[in-house]
Amino acid sequence: MSAEATTDTVLDVVTDTLAGFGTEREQIAPAATFEQLDVDSLDLAELAQVIEERFGTQLRASDVKDVKSVGDLVDLIIARG
Amino acid sequence: MVITGVGAVTPLGDARSLLARWNEGECGVFGGEAPCREFDATEHMSTKEARRMDRFTQLARVAATQAVLDAGWGSAAPYRPEQVGCIIGTGIGGIATIEDNHALLQAERAVSPLAVPLMMGNAGAAALAIHHGLRGPVYGVVAACAAGAQAVGAAMRAIQTGDALAMLAGGSEAALTPLARSAFESLGATSPSGVSRPFDARRDGFVMGEGAGVLVLEDAAAAAGRGARVLARLRGYGATCDAQHLTAPDEDGSGAAAAIDAALTDAGVSPEQIVYVNAHGTSTPLNDRAETLALKATLGVRAAAIPVSSTKSAIGHLLGAAGAVEAIATVLALCERIAPPTLGYEQSEPGLDLDYAADGPRPLHASDGQAPIALSNSFGFGGHNAVLCIQGA
Repeated sequence: MSAEATTDTVLDVVTDTLAGFGTEREQIAPAATFEQLDVDSLDLAELAQVIEERFGTQLRASDVKDVKSVGDLVDLIIARG
Repeated sequence: MVITGVGAVTPLGDARSLLARWNEGECGVFGGEAPCREFDATEHMSTKEARRMDRFTQLARVAATQAVLDAGWGSAAPYRPEQVGCIIGTGIGGIATIEDNHALLQAERAVSPLAVPLMMGNAGAAALAIHHGLRGPVYGVVAACAAGAQAVGAAMRAIQTGDALAMLAGGSEAALTPLARSAFESLGATSPSGVSRPFDARRDGFVMGEGAGVLVLEDAAAAAGRGARVLARLRGYGATCDAQHLTAPDEDGSGAAAAIDAALTDAGVSPEQIVYVNAHGTSTPLNDRAETLALKATLGVRAAAIPVSSTKSAIGHLLGAAGAVEAIATVLALCERIAPPTLGYEQSEPGLDLDYAADGPRPLHASDGQAPIALSNSFGFGGHNAVLCIQGA
């Protein structure tokens, strides 16, 4: 059963997941860019799996390749939701 | 060709700890296996980096950092990045990653995007290249239990041919997993008694261990140019294949003997100059007999006059890492002028009548006033034979 995708729930999952990958939790915020957070294509591929498991939202590598910030990603997931 | 640094993660600690503890008679085998119980990857790298590596790569990464520090390289190699490469051998690669992801697949869950970059056998070499900025020849070597020695030999050739001025070379293995354990057991390769006692009449198979070893090899002139401390000289390398059987060695040791001959010829060294042999000595019935025959065939009367000992008596069989860790053990034995013992050896078997240094460490003396010279043997399933000839500094 997928969780409801709201800005808060998606941001929470993205934050928890990236923190689990080793990114400093305090630095993860909507305005933070993936470049600033040192989040790369492998992180995004793993993150996409978690998003699909939690929210049922499928993201392909081509969907996220131009996403620059945490906030942009959250918006994309909600738009897809 | 000089060796300027060594680093290792072994069941008995780092490289110098291994030698010290082994010489004191300590054995790293517990419950029939030899894990690196003191190793915690996150003490050495970030969570992010550790997650991007299978344990076999983590072990190699830590061994390499020790090796470059030992070589006095500092944060960067003392050569242009394109002049430095890395060759890391492994027997299996990221088998824990394979098993974990197969379990996910069986549970109808998604396989990790990290599965491929963690399981691939070249992951160790790639991780070292990224961490140390090595842009020369970088690849993995797959030759079962000869892989670590083959990697050192291949790196030596890369420098000799001018492809690189310096190389990180070694091997890594982390295969203490349910599948690998069962697979070796099914094959009858591992010891039912769980005891590693090379050359002893009661030996009944090898004891699986894990670990990594990395050596810094440098072109001798380049190393001299930067005022490097030299630990040892890598004099020769010989590699052959039995081309007989997938797992069993030539019973007469002829393939291994050919590799020993090739290493001696490559080094320009005669059997009389060899003062120590770090044997492959797996504690399997077939290897230890065939290796003894190979040493007799190549070294003649000299074979019985020098200590022959097996690192596997202290830390079990590190598979693809064994050749590298044992080359390092040989380097340090030559530095200290002490041959480590074969632990646990008590009962002799007819025909296995070399001096296995069962009574403890032995002082090493060069016969002709030069720095002492030793051989390090490594053999592997597939019939691979790799022998390194190393001279102390």
